[in-house]
Amino acid sequence: MSAVVATRARRRATRPVWEEKPTVIGRSAKALILTLLVLAVLFPMWSVLVTSLASRSTINEAGGMVVVPREFDPSAYFTIFSGGQVTQAVWTSTLLTVMGTAVSLGLTVLAAYGLSRPGSLGHRPLLFLFLLTFLIYPGLVPSYLVVTGLGLKNSLWSLILPTAISAFNLVVIRAFFMNVPSELVDSARIDGAGEFRILLRIVLPLSKAVVAVVGLFYAVGYWNVYFNAVLYIDDNDKLPIQRVLQSYILAGQTPHVTGNAPNLPGISAYPPTLAIKMAVVVVTVIPAVLVYPFVQRHFTKGVITGAVKG
Amino acid sequence: MSASDLTELAGPGQRGQAPDAGGGGAPAAPRPRKAKRGRRPLRTRLHRDWPLLVMTAPAAVLVVIFHYIPALGNIIAFQDYNPFLGDNPFEAFIHSDWIGFGNFQTLFEDPAFWDAVVNTLTITLFQLVFFFPLPIFLAILLNSVVSGKVRGFVQSVVYLPHFFSWVLVVTFFVQMLGGAGLLAQQLREAGLQPWDIMTNPDTFIVLVTAEGIWKDVGWGAIVFLAALSAIDQNLYEAAAADGAGRWRRLWHITLPGLRPVIVLLLILRLGDALSVGFEQYILQREAVGRQAAEVLDTFVYYNAIATQQWGLGAAAGLFKGVVGLVLILVANKLAHKLGEQGVYQKI
Repeated sequence: MSAVVATRARRRATRPVWEEKPTVIGRSAKALILTLLVLAVLFPMWSVLVTSLASRSTINEAGGMVVVPREFDPSAYFTIFSGGQVTQAVWTSTLLTVMGTAVSLGLTVLAAYGLSRPGSLGHRPLLFLFLLTFLIYPGLVPSYLVVTGLGLKNSLWSLILPTAISAFNLVVIRAFFMNVPSELVDSARIDGAGEFRILLRIVLPLSKAVVAVVGLFYAVGYWNVYFNAVLYIDDNDKLPIQRVLQSYILAGQTPHVTGNAPNLPGISAYPPTLAIKMAVVVVTVIPAVLVYPFVQRHFTKGVITGAVKG
Repeated sequence: MSASDLTELAGPGQRGQAPDAGGGGAPAAPRPRKAKRGRRPLRTRLHRDWPLLVMTAPAAVLVVIFHYIPALGNIIAFQDYNPFLGDNPFEAFIHSDWIGFGNFQTLFEDPAFWDAVVNTLTITLFQLVFFFPLPIFLAILLNSVVSGKVRGFVQSVVYLPHFFSWVLVVTFFVQMLGGAGLLAQQLREAGLQPWDIMTNPDTFIVLVTAEGIWKDVGWGAIVFLAALSAIDQNLYEAAAADGAGRWRRLWHITLPGLRPVIVLLLILRLGDALSVGFEQYILQREAVGRQAAEVLDTFVYYNAIATQQWGLGAAAGLFKGVVGLVLILVANKLAHKLGEQGVYQKI
């Protein structure tokens, strides 16, 4: 279950006077656990990165995955971006992520605003329409039949439309919209602003943080799409990056890269397969790692709100 | 269950509007206004609210098409559904034969189906014991770290894998622990026999749980961290003044403070007992074999979609949906009986 976070930064910087002094064993145990945890996340990422940038001799010497970098060799990246399947997949996934996030975020924000005024026409039945999706499971087979029946097979829309609206995200944004002071909204209305204008000029600017976080959730969802692409995409030219990664690493296929690496000094035309595979992993990780710190400041500030209460 | 039971899901904003929820000093102003709105004629309300309806419509249409129509489409579970009887699924549905509970009979007589159900429930139970408590421990641990910088750093690192796809998570595990991975490499160099946890069906349940923990333990802790920061710090001070040690404070203040969140997440997990994640199992089914990795969702995929036995797959899906719905209703009822709020409640 995902969660969105608002602002609350009440934090003690020092240990309160009434608290016992921590014991040496307790402190070391704590430090050990946290260090192991951080290493468990960072070490695999480090090893993959270093291997993707390793030369053939470094990889041979290590016997596979590299931990200590020796020779720097970015050939693998030149190879995968020289126009083969990976280049295609990165492009597809980027397009899917941009389009999908725009559609999802746009429609979710609109619906959240449309549902943010209790007592408006159809408010309750429409709200329940979205909330009931939490309890009703549509089932794989009928969903598949509907999507293929609409002729969406092998279209990127098959990866966008069925998952475009997350009721959870909608409820979270709606809760923020409802907290916008009604005096602001009312005075804008008296000044003659329509609903779209109020949403764009008053409500949205006050809810930037939550919209950014929900946008990140949607974007990550589209970038990570895998199973729906197994169901709906057969066309090799439209495979998103996750399916390509799966075929290289887990199904053991040899990477389909053209090998037309540019003729630059120090760039090998045929980098080791392992380095190519790891370069694909790095490329798949990068968007999450890049966007994450930017949005993270919105959710490390404090507390979760939204549909998960408590 | 009436629709109004669900209102609670809508979160704090909605609760503020609920007639009985007006607790500490809520201004009485909105209530008469709301009542007045209700009495206005439909045309006035339509004239006033049409922009709101227009804004909600696209999302509502998508939800109807891709959620409710498939949910109704589960009715083909009672048919010998044949997609070639029409130009589109709806025509095929009209022309297909009704066979009553035939699909369910086939399904329930298939030992592979029950294997999948047992596998799913075993994994759920295993993860409830070995995975569910970990985010709580982590949150308490993080909360006890005094330095804000250290805490912030650890948090940003452990949240990160939540944003990785399952393909990536499994890839990292293969590259580290797999037959050609880093660990096996090191063991071979040291002259030891490497073992391959990635393809061993007997330890598969441990593997998937470890992957789940790696991906989501940090993220899962967020909810508990929030609940921890909502606990009144004066309680701790008062308890300490009365001579309660840190373990007693943990037991008598921290854990009771977390209880509503724990119950809530337990209910949600229970309602989801028949889904243990999908991609994780599809991705590793080849490597460890059907016996260990077949869960309900993969069963539906391989026995319905891959082989085009639509009625059978819909029957399995309907079974899963109904059982899940019953489970979450029962769990919620149970939570109310225990005096907890649960996921939703009547207002």
